[in-house]
Amino acid sequence: MSRIKFTRKWLAFPYAVFMILFVIIPLVLILTYAFTDAEGNFTFNNLLTFFGNGSSINTILVSFIIGVANTAICLLIGYPVAYFLAHRDLKMPAVMMLLFIMPMWINFVLRTAASRDLLFWIGINGGEYPYLATMIGMVYNYLPFVILPLYTTMTKLDYSQIEAASDLGARPRQTFTKVILPMTAPGIVSAATMVFMPTMSSFVISDVMGERKLSLIGNSIQLYFDQGLWHMGSIVAVVMLLLIAVGMFATKNVQKEDDVRGTML
Amino acid sequence: MKKPTRIFARVFVWAMLILMYAPILVLMVFSFTEADTIGVWSGFSVNLYPQLFQDEELMTVVLNTVLVALASAAVSTVLGTMGAIGIHYSRRKMKAALEGVSQIPVMNAEIVTALSLTVLFVYFGIQFNFLTLLIGHVVLTLPFVVLSINPKLQQMDPNIYEAALDLGARPSHALRRIILPQIMPGIFSGFLLSVTLSLDDYIITAFTRDTSFSTLSTYVYGATAKGALPPTLRALTTVIFVFALIILVVINVRSYRKKEAAR
Amino acid sequence: MNKENVIIELVGVSKVYNETVAVDDFNFYVKKGEFVSFLGPSGCGKTTTLRMIAGFERPTEGKILLNGKDISELPPYERPVNTVFQKYALFPHLDVYDNVAFGLKLKKVPYEETDRNGNKVTKYRKLTKKEIDKKVTEALKIVDLEEFEWRDITTLSGGQQQRIAIARAIVNEPQILLLDEPLGALDLKMRKEMQLELKEMHRKLGITFIYVTHDQEEALTMSDTIVVMKDGQIQQIGTPEDIYNEPKNAFVADFIGESNLYEGVYMGNRKVRFLNHIFDCVDDFSANEKVNVVVRPEDVKFAEAGKGMIDGVLTSKVFKGIHYEYVMMVGRNEVTIQSTKNVEINVPVSVNIAPDLIHIMKKDMLSNVYDDAYIDNDNRVVIAGGAFDCDVTQLIPGSVLDEEGYVIAPDGKKYDFKDADVFADVAFSDIEIVDNEDGGVVCGRIVSMIYLGNHYQVLIRTEDDEDFVVATEYTWNEDDRVSVLIPADKIRLKLRGEASKYVKN
Repeated sequence: MSRIKFTRKWLAFPYAVFMILFVIIPLVLILTYAFTDAEGNFTFNNLLTFFGNGSSINTILVSFIIGVANTAICLLIGYPVAYFLAHRDLKMPAVMMLLFIMPMWINFVLRTAASRDLLFWIGINGGEYPYLATMIGMVYNYLPFVILPLYTTMTKLDYSQIEAASDLGARPRQTFTKVILPMTAPGIVSAATMVFMPTMSSFVISDVMGERKLSLIGNSIQLYFDQGLWHMGSIVAVVMLLLIAVGMFATKNVQKEDDVRGTML
Repeated sequence: MKKPTRIFARVFVWAMLILMYAPILVLMVFSFTEADTIGVWSGFSVNLYPQLFQDEELMTVVLNTVLVALASAAVSTVLGTMGAIGIHYSRRKMKAALEGVSQIPVMNAEIVTALSLTVLFVYFGIQFNFLTLLIGHVVLTLPFVVLSINPKLQQMDPNIYEAALDLGARPSHALRRIILPQIMPGIFSGFLLSVTLSLDDYIITAFTRDTSFSTLSTYVYGATAKGALPPTLRALTTVIFVFALIILVVINVRSYRKKEAAR
Repeated sequence: MNKENVIIELVGVSKVYNETVAVDDFNFYVKKGEFVSFLGPSGCGKTTTLRMIAGFERPTEGKILLNGKDISELPPYERPVNTVFQKYALFPHLDVYDNVAFGLKLKKVPYEETDRNGNKVTKYRKLTKKEIDKKVTEALKIVDLEEFEWRDITTLSGGQQQRIAIARAIVNEPQILLLDEPLGALDLKMRKEMQLELKEMHRKLGITFIYVTHDQEEALTMSDTIVVMKDGQIQQIGTPEDIYNEPKNAFVADFIGESNLYEGVYMGNRKVRFLNHIFDCVDDFSANEKVNVVVRPEDVKFAEAGKGMIDGVLTSKVFKGIHYEYVMMVGRNEVTIQSTKNVEINVPVSVNIAPDLIHIMKKDMLSNVYDDAYIDNDNRVVIAGGAFDCDVTQLIPGSVLDEEGYVIAPDGKKYDFKDADVFADVAFSDIEIVDNEDGGVVCGRIVSMIYLGNHYQVLIRTEDDEDFVVATEYTWNEDDRVSVLIPADKIRLKLRGEASKYVKN
């Protein structure tokens, strides 16, 4: 077999080389940068500087709260939308789904700026209400990422199980809480991970919507980048990486849905 | 389902849709007036459109954006297709390792990916130029190409490659004539996905570009710092939206026809 | 047997995947034009063997000779052998014509040409479009699908796809056609039809067919020769008649057709004792040897009540169309009988079995013998990685155990059997099966089960490939995960080597 498999297996070689050069090595570099100073000596100073700064703790806390709030709001709006579409309360659910995804085809920064200008017009000034404007921008941007995985999970539901529940005497409310909700849990988890982490690390939305008055983890990385402080930037990136790893570990048992963007076409 | 619920469902879904489209629709409506900001109507005019196409800077930006998107998608598609096939036929351990590595850029925060690439280029003293930007976009899109081809390889009857060899085809012939046509839809959607991801990207672009090189994302980001969106961008939004709509309709009608024909 | 006309021969062929032996030392040959079936349960190595012949797998050891030439290193595209795959493996993006023509378009045929110096040289050319057309049409005619050339593969039914797969293979005029359970995906009626058609195709084409199946009836119907396999080992090679009438061991007897299997004792002088009766028979074994006996249900004949060889009571009766199937209890043994006679049940009956219809087979194993067992620190015996309580005093006759765990012989010598290598011997009926994995000492998987008249013989295999053969009255299922227990007094131990080695001073 080895002779036959040879040609096919080695096709992955350029891919592997590319990934090692531009994914693995950069991450290793970040790790070393995070724990070295400008002269290349090992140090915990970057870590201590970052956490010794009150505003950094504030940044992490704000990021966390905005992340949780955005995830919750997106789920609260997205779950019913996906549910209604999957249960054919509306005609042509596939077309409706497409309509929800369509805005993603407009450039992300342009889209965000457009919503900022619209909010400004109706009196919600990002400079005056940075948190409110940022939250609106976040929900606006991440809602499609919630609806799609939920919709996919719900269309895969076995309808006879729902019928079985009502056959066994469950009222509609009980059917929902005891059958539909648990069965769609994997979709909920995958939707939540798709929103929570990117929200915490985003900086364009908070910058544009909040008129740069709000700082999330992403913003602090970007700030260090602008100032050329690679070692400090790296330590924040490592903190972010750790958060992502924790998040992945917590949800690793939940079945993974296809990436939202993968199902756009 | 009972009637009131159904009415509620419709109202809710449509309301959400209208909210989703509001910013874009407002921009599109105000692309037909020359006022400096939206919310002010200074009479109907289509002047913004010729202005848009005469704005050399903006046109360069659009061209740059498309250029980066097409170039990175092409590289990603070639590398990713080879990678996906190679991974599919690798032994278990190698396969698990490569699949794991493919997941990293997908799960990782884009800003961490961007910073790590910047650190790499700085560390090795590489000047930021078009190539670094291209590499950044390939890192961003490559895993998605692999991910969209992978299911096609898994759905494929594992015996058809062997059947081709059995009938006298050499491995390279079997790869080109049997495996490639089977995974073509995956390759195609991987390419389109790459283009969309690249067009949409701000963070990686901002970190890995030569600062004199602008894409739409960085241009708009720069513009937002100065206040409301420049009027010509409203016209551009309309153009992009119409363009996207046409592509989407074409693709969906085509796949719908294919499904019909298969019946 | 003469070895003329041999087309393919396997010499000492083995295949090992990650330390599991899929095919273990296969030696056999196939004659030109033969219809050979590889028959066995899943995991027996039949498909692996076929794939080695096709060239998709390389043997770990041994040689595959095609017309006397070793082809084991040749890639599949250079072998004059074609395969019909289990799920057809048609190319979905090509239509029927392009599927069938796939191999032809790649084929190069030799032709002679005279060069400038007048010498004849052999050159190769591709087939012309016309030649390909003609061959494809012919092949489609053979499988009865003329005029299907331009159909899309996805629009064909399973049976039609099956035929295209056959046409795609035979159009290349292979020396051997390999068929990997080609009828497995079809429904019963379709399968029966295709069996006959394949047989007819084999006759017309005159190509050697090698056919893989787990369906014994299919193998009996179609083959000239059957190779019965189990666990990567060849059990028996023979004609369908041979294999049905003269099975070599209990596995073959049980796997092929329906059978009554019993444990018996050969009495000598062409007499065998089973079912509590001494029967005349035609086989020769050594006197008092324990044997397995097989009697086919249709060979048990009703006699006048009280005047047959054995007496019993019919306990069930099922109408099967051509015949009735009865179960007769003889003491605690079951006898299955197939007869066209309609007989009352629950009344005493007598039956006869003719001497030439009693088939006697050598017993593979009489008890479980482990020659790599040893005694651990706690005077337990380690078998197949599990420590069983046992009686170590049996190693020295008349000895006793002292408080410290040493064995004291009658002559006062003290023995320490820690790490002593021993033979352990356990009778089939002394092993107990426990249905949870923690309940016993060693756990394993039930690999096979054979009913022997009044009990089952169950083969349990551990992760380390050690086997326990257990006689039990209870029904288990294949693939059940179980564990085994052995009472301490039922393990017979024998020292390997001298006892003096273990004397403690």
